[in-house]
Amino acid sequence: MSDIKIKITDREGVSHEVDAPTDMNMNLMEVVRSYELAPEGTIGICGGMAMCASCQCYVQSDHQLPEKSDDEEAMLAEAFFVKDNSRLGCQIHMTEDLDGLEVELAPEEP
Amino acid sequence: MIKTDILIIGAGPTGLFAVFEAGLLQLKCHLIDALPQAGGQCAEIYPKKPIYDIPGFPEVLAGDLVDNLMEQIKPFQPGFTLGERAETIEKLDDGTFIVTTNKGTKHHAPVIAIAGGLGSFEPRKPLLENLEKYEDNGVAYMIKEPEIYRNKKVLIAGGGDSALDWSIFLADVAKEVTLVHRRNEFRGALDSVEKVQQLKNEGKINLITPAEVVALKGESQLEKLTVKNTSTSEETDVEVDNFIPLFGLSPKLGPIADWGLEIEKNAIKVDNTYDYQTNIPGIYAIGDVNTYPGKLKLILCGFHEATLMCQSAYQKIFPDKKYVMKYTTVGGVTGFDGSKKEAPKAVVKAID
Repeated sequence: MSDIKIKITDREGVSHEVDAPTDMNMNLMEVVRSYELAPEGTIGICGGMAMCASCQCYVQSDHQLPEKSDDEEAMLAEAFFVKDNSRLGCQIHMTEDLDGLEVELAPEEP
Repeated sequence: MIKTDILIIGAGPTGLFAVFEAGLLQLKCHLIDALPQAGGQCAEIYPKKPIYDIPGFPEVLAGDLVDNLMEQIKPFQPGFTLGERAETIEKLDDGTFIVTTNKGTKHHAPVIAIAGGLGSFEPRKPLLENLEKYEDNGVAYMIKEPEIYRNKKVLIAGGGDSALDWSIFLADVAKEVTLVHRRNEFRGALDSVEKVQQLKNEGKINLITPAEVVALKGESQLEKLTVKNTSTSEETDVEVDNFIPLFGLSPKLGPIADWGLEIEKNAIKVDNTYDYQTNIPGIYAIGDVNTYPGKLKLILCGFHEATLMCQSAYQKIFPDKKYVMKYTTVGGVTGFDGSKKEAPKAVVKAID
């Protein structure tokens, strides 16, 4: 078991470096929630099924991430504030090769 | 005025199961939900997803769980106000409440149980300037009466089932139907995707992809939309009478947040040491909508909370009555419809 370091910029622009466990089947959205970097009820609304875009983030480091699933592609096509580097945090699982990942949380939908 | 014993706000699994537990205590329930059908998120967001942590069900589809709950509560004849959102609450001098929906339907009950989940589902509105100006002047986020689009030029935006299904339906009603989506791929039932393809080939649907609406134009009534091709960035104006963005629904706590309830982390604080009552006596909050130390947003936790809430509601409605909990294996289930389910009596017979 080992932890990795992840840099998360919250919606207020504040940067946080956090430890994320790789052995607890966690995804990025859950890491954000566990450190309460976004208020409860504003992130992970659908619970992690790629059925809302409340965990959208912009990936700022050049890590090799797993391909988007059809569900994630489709959700991002309907989300707001989408950029080329947008991903859904709930679809990014914490693995050792993501050590040093840098992401910024997308704004909350109005 | 609709009168009931427990008025439940939210017809998701927790709200539905509360009807059963209340029914065992001979209390009647009425449910209000903003969605047009019962089942909450289970029916609206993920009816086809399997759930694995409902006790006694190794695997059950969310939609089937809702169907089962509806079947289980049928004997207790719950009332439903669907497609309306609970808007205001008024406490009368006798301690009872009147809840009024956005459509003016009034409900009177001595006990309110908020089982609102993440809130009421509201249409997601695209981020466009002037959008609100044209609401009711050409812009709508839901199709309630398709007939109003007869012989109109309609533009639908979106890539899911509702965008596909309404484009198909309106192709026969409207004068022109344009469907705009940010990708070439659509996420919908295969039948619908194929049907849109066919209607496009026949010239009955004007399909613009990958594209998005970027501006609305018109004096007071909507007249034109600017559509931008997202791969070439080319912009074209499309003449329309109506613009219907169908980008799904997102939950909002909504007017309940202004009822004077203690709110923490977008959820309602309750007393989890006893009966899940809020800071306002007579108003309870159960399921995903509440919060307390150690809260878990699980359906099974909502069932438990609903059960304890009903016991407390009974005491509130009948302060002088003593009630002893009876197992359904002992007392059976007697419905308000006259039905009775009970364990078959064991046969007592000597063996020679």
